[in-house]
Formats: sequence, C-alpha cells, structure tokens
Amino acid sequence: MSRRVDQAVKLAAEIAVPIAIVAAWQLWAVNRDDPKFPPPSTILAKFQDMWLFSEFGTHVVPSLERIAIGFGIAVLAGIVIGIPLGLSRPARLWTMPHIEYWRAMPPPALLPISIILLHSIGNLQKVSFIAFFCLFPVLLNTIDGVRGIDPTFLETARSYGLGRLERIRRVVLPAAFPQIVAGMRNSLSLAVIMMVLSEYFSSTSGVGYVLLISKNTFDFGPMWAAILLIGVLGYLLNALFSIVERELLAWHRGWRAVSGG
Amino acid sequence: MLETKGIAKIYGTGPKATHALEDVSFTVTDGEFVCVVGPSGCGKTTLLKCIAGLMRPTRGEVLLRGKRVVEPPEELALVFQDYSRSLMPWSTVRNNVLLPLRHKRLSTAERKALVAESLGSVGLTRFIDHYPWQLSGGMQQRVAIARALAYQPAILLMDEPFASVDAQTRGDLEDLVLRVREQYGITILFVTHDIDESVYLADRVVVLTHSPTTVKEIVGVSLPRPRDQIATKELADFINLRGHVYRLIRRELTPVTSVDAVPNSGTPV
Repeated sequence: MSRRVDQAVKLAAEIAVPIAIVAAWQLWAVNRDDPKFPPPSTILAKFQDMWLFSEFGTHVVPSLERIAIGFGIAVLAGIVIGIPLGLSRPARLWTMPHIEYWRAMPPPALLPISIILLHSIGNLQKVSFIAFFCLFPVLLNTIDGVRGIDPTFLETARSYGLGRLERIRRVVLPAAFPQIVAGMRNSLSLAVIMMVLSEYFSSTSGVGYVLLISKNTFDFGPMWAAILLIGVLGYLLNALFSIVERELLAWHRGWRAVSGG
Repeated sequence: MLETKGIAKIYGTGPKATHALEDVSFTVTDGEFVCVVGPSGCGKTTLLKCIAGLMRPTRGEVLLRGKRVVEPPEELALVFQDYSRSLMPWSTVRNNVLLPLRHKRLSTAERKALVAESLGSVGLTRFIDHYPWQLSGGMQQRVAIARALAYQPAILLMDEPFASVDAQTRGDLEDLVLRVREQYGITILFVTHDIDESVYLADRVVVLTHSPTTVKEIVGVSLPRPRDQIATKELADFINLRGHVYRLIRRELTPVTSVDAVPNSGTPV
C-alpha cells in the first residue's frame, strides 16, 4: 500500500505537477493576450518551427560546438594542471592565491576584454571564454581529489617500483577520478551559462544570439523558444553526463557501499 | 640476505623529538622465516617502511644482498595490513595482480602466466574478474599476497597482514603463507603483534622493546615443519616458546607514547 502511494507521489512530482503548471500558464496567457508572455502552445509551435530542425544547424550546432570544445579544454587543462598541484605542497603554496583570485572573478567582468585581447568575435573568443571559467571546478576538484588520496595507495605503488608517471596513470588519476568527475559536472552546467553569455556579445550565431536578437526586435516567440531550448539543453547534457558517470564510476559506488569510505 | 644495522628513526627535533626506533639490528638469512613482535606502538610499521625503502632511517642502514636500501628494491614485495587501501578498488583482481608487473620486462604471455599461477596458489582463480571489494577480507588479503608473489620477490615483507581478519580466517591465511613459502622458496619477514602467530610461523622471532625501540632478544624456534594449527600448538616446545616471548614482552608493558599507526586489535600483549 505505502509503496503504491510512494509511486503515485513520484509520478505526480515528475509529470503531473509540471503539466498542471504548463496548463495553468496556458490558461493565464491565453486570457491575458500579452505579446511578452505568449501561451505555451505558441512557444512550442515556435520551438518546433525553429529548432526541429530548420535553424538547428545555423544556431544550435555552433552553440553545442562551443560547449564541447570549451568544456573539453577545461577538463584536460584542469586535470593536467591539477595533478601536479595536488601532489606538491610548494606548488600549491605559490599558485593557490592566483587560482583563488581568478575563480572569484565574475565571468561578465572578463567578457569585454576577452573580445579585445583575443581579437576575435568568433569561436576563438567564445571557446576561450567558456574554457577559462569551466577550468576552475575541474582544477580545484582535481587538486582536492589528489590531496585526499589515501597514502597507502601511493606507498603500495611506490613499493612495487612504479615510476612517477606510471603512479600518476595507474593510481593518482583513478583514485582522484570520482572527485574530478564531480568537478566536471559543475563545469558542464557552467559551460551552458558561459555559452549563452558569450553569445550575447559580438556574435552572429548561437542560441544566446537568437535569444538576445529576438528580445531586441520585440519578437518574443523566438525568445521564449530559445529560453526553452537552453533549459532543455542543460537538462539533457546533465542527464547524458549522469549516464557516462554511472558507467565510469561503477567501481566507486560498489566500493563505497562496502567500505563506507 | 637482509641486514638491518643500528636502525634509528627520530621524528622531529630537539626535546620534543619522538624516538620511534633507537637501535634495531638483526639479519634475515636466505630462505628464512623471521617474525618481528613487539608491544603496541613500538614502531613496527616504521621499521618495516625503513626496510622496504619507503622511509629513510635517521641513523643506520638496511642492506639487501649487501646493497644499501635507499628506495624500494625490486627484489622486495610488501604486503600491507590494510588491504582495502592497498588493493586498488578501481581495478579487478586481475589488474591488481598485474599492476606491479606492467613495468617489468616480461612478455604478455609471461605476465598472464604469473597472474594465473599466483592467483592459483592462493586459491582465487575463480575470482580473477571480481573487484577486490566484492570479496571478503580474508580473500582480499589473499589477493594482496598473490600480487606480491607474482612480483617474484626474493623477500616478502608482511606488515601485520592478518590483524583485521577474524581468528579462523587468520589461521587459514597463516597456513597459506607457510604453503606458498614452500612453493616459492621465498624469504619472509613478518611483523605482528600476535605472539602465538609469530611462534607458529617463524624460524626466529625478533622481540622488540617498547619505544625508543631496540632488539630485546632474538628467539630461535626449532619446531618441526610442516606446522599444524592444532598439533604444533599442542607441543610443549611451542607452549614454552610462547610463554618465553610473552614474558619478554610483558616486561615491556609500561605506558608508551604511540608512534605506530597500527590499531590495537585487542590481542592481550
């Protein structure tokens, strides 16, 4: 009995409530007839019209490309820089103040200068912008993850004569990986934000660009369609990441369940 | 084979310095089984880390086949007490045993054979594709032993390897170590706080004082082999030796500053 109630509650939370909200919005918007707040039916029609798939190639693909490359660079750089910093106290001593400074910098503050410094309003500037701010979650989590490795793992590897690079590859990286992945998850949602933000400025393509241009021309249908798309993108990327994570870290869940560690 | 000469390890400096080891000297000859026992906190793990080349002694030196140990030697394998942090949880049993073989100059077939043979000798062939954490504590320690055997060391160091398994498993594992020792003809240095275990396994027992640690006495054990958990432990010689080692250690029972990170698993010492 209680299980059935439990399932009903879950179903209501996941499906019924969102449907009810959209339905209420529909009713409210239809009566109000305000161009700024079109009813969901209009937005959905616009969504289908634009993104499935007539403007998919011109705007969605460039946005996804920027996310992918920017996020990829951030992950790679975060791990490559983070491992030596995690292993060396002196290296941390000299670099942490700088890392803390730049990570506290609000991204919009660097957007104008990124355009000037990189002489670019194209992908170079946008990808760099995304990569720079996505770097910090991966970097800080890598440093933390490496620092937190149980010394016995490293002593075992050392006692069996594994060289430095071999130790990093076979022990440091896998041991810190759960935390690196946690950082990657944060970076990925940050990447979506940075993508939209970078496309607001000096841009000719992308979902963020469409959003801002539509707003500037009081064309609210496409604006709402873009908002909806960005939400869906963020949601799907996160879901995709969860699947990959579950695959890669299957050992970690099993190990934690038995060792409580 | 192995010689420790006046090993001392002092943590810190000045009046607050902790003398974990003061002066520890003993030798292990080829093919011998030597146990090291001492009161809790006498620096057994520190001593073993110095011998394994993981730690530099403050004074003295460790010689392995006449060569001074300054880094982990290739002829030496170490089995840690804490198998759950010594076996890599992200690797299967196979890859754990393979880990120290990857950088050895061996063919793929040779590596494979070493893994199969060592897992066979600890009776875990069936579990080669399991993760360590899917196995019981005793089985995990057997994986750790298999990994050490596959590495083909001349000497095997074991740091209280059975301190975190239950008594029955412990007896089985002791016999397993005696068996693989015969099979592989390996020299073993075995650190324990369990006096019965030390006398049961060893050819000689090195008894340590509490810290600052020195060697109290080296007790020869001439019990017949092969040894048997029941028959050997009923021998008058066994009981006498056990009593003798007990008395040596009981005299050391004064409050000490613990420098050894080894948890006391409740054995009366």
